[in-house]
Formats: sequence, structure tokens, C-alpha cells
Amino acid sequence: MATAGKLMDVSVWRADGKREGFDAFQVPRQESQTILDVVTWIQQNADPSLAYRFSCRVGMCGSCAMMVNGQPRWTCRTHVQKVLKDNQLKIAPLRNLPVIRDLVTDMTEFFDKWVAAEGVFHGTKTRDEPMAPINHESPERIEASAAIECINCAVCYAACDVVANNPDYLGPAALNRAWALVNDVRDGADSARLDAVSGSGGCHNCHSMGNCMQFCPNELNPTASIAGLKRATVKAFFGRGG
Amino acid sequence: MLDLKLYILQRATALAMAPFMVAHLAVMIYAVQGGLSASEILGRTQGSVGWALFYGLFVLAASIHGSIGVRVIASEWLGLKRGPAGIVMATVFLVLLTMGARAVWAVTMG
Amino acid sequence: MGRDDGMIRPHRSHPLWYAYILHRVSGLGLAVFLPGHFYVLGLALTDQAALDGFLSWTDQTIVKVAEYGLVFLLGTHFFGGLRILALEFLPWSPRQKTFVAASVVLAFCVSTTFFLSAR
Repeated sequence: MATAGKLMDVSVWRADGKREGFDAFQVPRQESQTILDVVTWIQQNADPSLAYRFSCRVGMCGSCAMMVNGQPRWTCRTHVQKVLKDNQLKIAPLRNLPVIRDLVTDMTEFFDKWVAAEGVFHGTKTRDEPMAPINHESPERIEASAAIECINCAVCYAACDVVANNPDYLGPAALNRAWALVNDVRDGADSARLDAVSGSGGCHNCHSMGNCMQFCPNELNPTASIAGLKRATVKAFFGRGG
Repeated sequence: MLDLKLYILQRATALAMAPFMVAHLAVMIYAVQGGLSASEILGRTQGSVGWALFYGLFVLAASIHGSIGVRVIASEWLGLKRGPAGIVMATVFLVLLTMGARAVWAVTMG
Repeated sequence: MGRDDGMIRPHRSHPLWYAYILHRVSGLGLAVFLPGHFYVLGLALTDQAALDGFLSWTDQTIVKVAEYGLVFLLGTHFFGGLRILALEFLPWSPRQKTFVAASVVLAFCVSTTFFLSAR
């Protein structure tokens, strides 16, 4: 292909506590090149001070998530030929999270909100009791299984405009996990969880704009999960006598 | 900024307004034919307890629904915190309710 | 220049986001419109001549076009609201984009009917 060897114009966000801004690099185009390949090339050949995160580089861990031309994506699974526009690329850290340095964000609030939404499994049995028999065809297990594959990459968190506008908002990932656990018959924390997602940062702030569903690399649907939480909380509200 | 109670109030008033909306749109499409005039409108509504109840309830629901909606916009787009956003909500509620109630009175009982 | 500058737009260009922004703008528009609407109706109490004057002012085509827009906003907010209630309280349907399109089309039908009725 004629593309290999050409130079691309790549802007990369830099921040080191002293200055912030986009740095420009000229990166050689290659066959089958991913954005992660581009960032790695820059660090290895142009600027060794560039900080970024990755781990598996095969689309399983979610560590390499960044904003690529304005969209939150896994950089190891984003081919340059799919996103290159006018021979240009713009790479920035995930939106809605504080930046530690360059392309590395501080994920603390993301995980704190996961816990605050009771995205934590509360078991009701001991190891001495028999295993819980789970029917995989039951409606609850189908819901839980549909939501369970979240690997906490924060792409949805970066995509969500409610997260951007409401600092208290727990976010799509945390709420999606809460929904998965609401549907887990082995979990014993149902009413605490419904309370946890009913505050000023809770599920009722979701406007169903669907950016989360649009961008989740695991094709999860937090919009649907959050709608489920809305139904569950309203049912509980009227069930308890209002 | 919406918690469970405000959310339920928002959605409940929305649902409650659905039949009012359909009726209002139908009446407007009927009424606007041949041009509008005060006497034509008032001829239909004056002295009518039915219209007073209809539009009275509509105004109440719309005031609740609209004020909660504006509160969300004030907190998400203007960054207002809980206190000031609550004041905005209360103000919008009172304006819509008082002006709406006056309008209902004006066309039915006035 | 912030890290998000010029970066916000691309992630928003899909139907459900447009539905959200349309719903918000139409709701805000209605909240702004209603006090004026209530004021005009209140003239039936204090100044019927002014009310009649206002009503004949609305006979102009440009006002009718503005009313068309207003009823369209009302329609999108109403049908869009029904769509949201369905999304939240009925089992999830994969046809969300279809519902968005349907609510816009219905709003268009209602506002066009209104406009054509206003002769």
C-alpha cells in the first residue's frame, strides 16, 4: 500500500504540572497501525518523556483508553486508517477525569463512584453451604449477564455529558454494575444498593443520551441498565408504601 | 441533581399531562380554524367549571414539571449548586402557577 | 487551549444525543413561552380589547410560521417525553433510534396540521 512511509501530523496532549498543551509530532504511517502504535512510536523515537498507559495491547484490559479525534476509544483497538482525517490525529487523555501527566488520568474518582453505587458484591452464604443454583435462563440472570462484562476502562465515563455537567453523578459504569448486582440473586444488599443509586448523583440524572452505549468497546448498554435501576427504585418507593 | 423524589414527581406530572396535551392540541387545531377572536374563545370557556378544572390541573402539573426541568438545566448548564438551583426551581414554579392560575381564572370565571 | 477544546463535538453526533438536546431545548423554550402565553390569556380579565388586538396580530403569516415552530417544539417535547417514559418504564427495545425518528415525525405532523388549519 502506498500509505506506508508517509508522515502523519499527530497532536498529543502534554501536561507536566508546569505547562499544558498539544505537542506536534510527525509519525511514519505503517500498515495495520493502531493509535497505541503511534503513541509508542512517539515515546520510543521522538520524546521519551511522554507518559501513557497500556497493558495487554490486545483489547482485553481497557488500560489504553484515550480521546482519539474527540472520541473515547481503546487505542490498541483503533486502527489509524479508520480515524485518520486529512492526515491528522489528535490524541488526548480521557475526558471527565483529572490528568496526572500527559495521557495518564487519575482513575480514583471512577473507582470511588463504583463503590459508592454499591457496585460491590455482598454475599449471603458461607463457604460451608452448597453453591447457589443459578438458572442462566432466568430473566434476572439474563439481565445480569448482559451487564457483567465491564472491565472498568472508563470510556463510557469519558463519553457521558452528564458526568461532565454533574460532578456528583456516579456515571454509567458504576450504575451498570449496580444493575448487574440488583439482578444477582446471590447478593443480599438490594435495599442499600437502591438507596445508593437514588441520591443527587444517582441513576435518575441519566438523560438517556446513550453516549455510553455508543462507545462501550465491550458493547454493553448502561443506558438500558440505568433505565432498569429507575424502574427498580420507583417500584421499591411505591412498594414500601411511598 | 435529580434525586428519586424529584424524578418521580417529574415523570408522574409528565404522564398526567399526556391526556391534557392531546386534548389541548386537538382543541387548538379546532379553534384556530377561521381565525381567533377573544369572543370566540371566551364564548367556549366562560362560566365553564369543566374548562376551569381542566386547565387548572394542567397548569398545576406544568408548573411542577417545568420548574423541576429548569432546575436540572440550571445545575447542569449554569453549575448552580443545590441551594441556588432550588431557588430557581421555586421561582419558576411560583411564576408559572400564579400566572397560569390567573389565566385560567380570566378565561373561565373572570 | 484546553484538552477538550474542539474535542466535544464528535462524540455527540448520534440520534439519541440529538434527541436529548432537542428535548432540553424544547423544554426550555416552553418554560420561557408559557408566562407570555398566560399573560396574554390573562388579558381576558383586564383588557379584552388588547386581547383581541393581540389575536388579530397573530393572523400575520410570520406569526403563524413562528407558531408552527412553537407547536413543533411542543410536539417534540411531548412525543419525545413519551419516548423517554417508554424507554424507562417498558422493557428495553433495541429500536430506540426508530422511536426518536417517530417522535420527530409525529411532532412534524401535528404542527403541520395546526399550521394548515390556521387560515
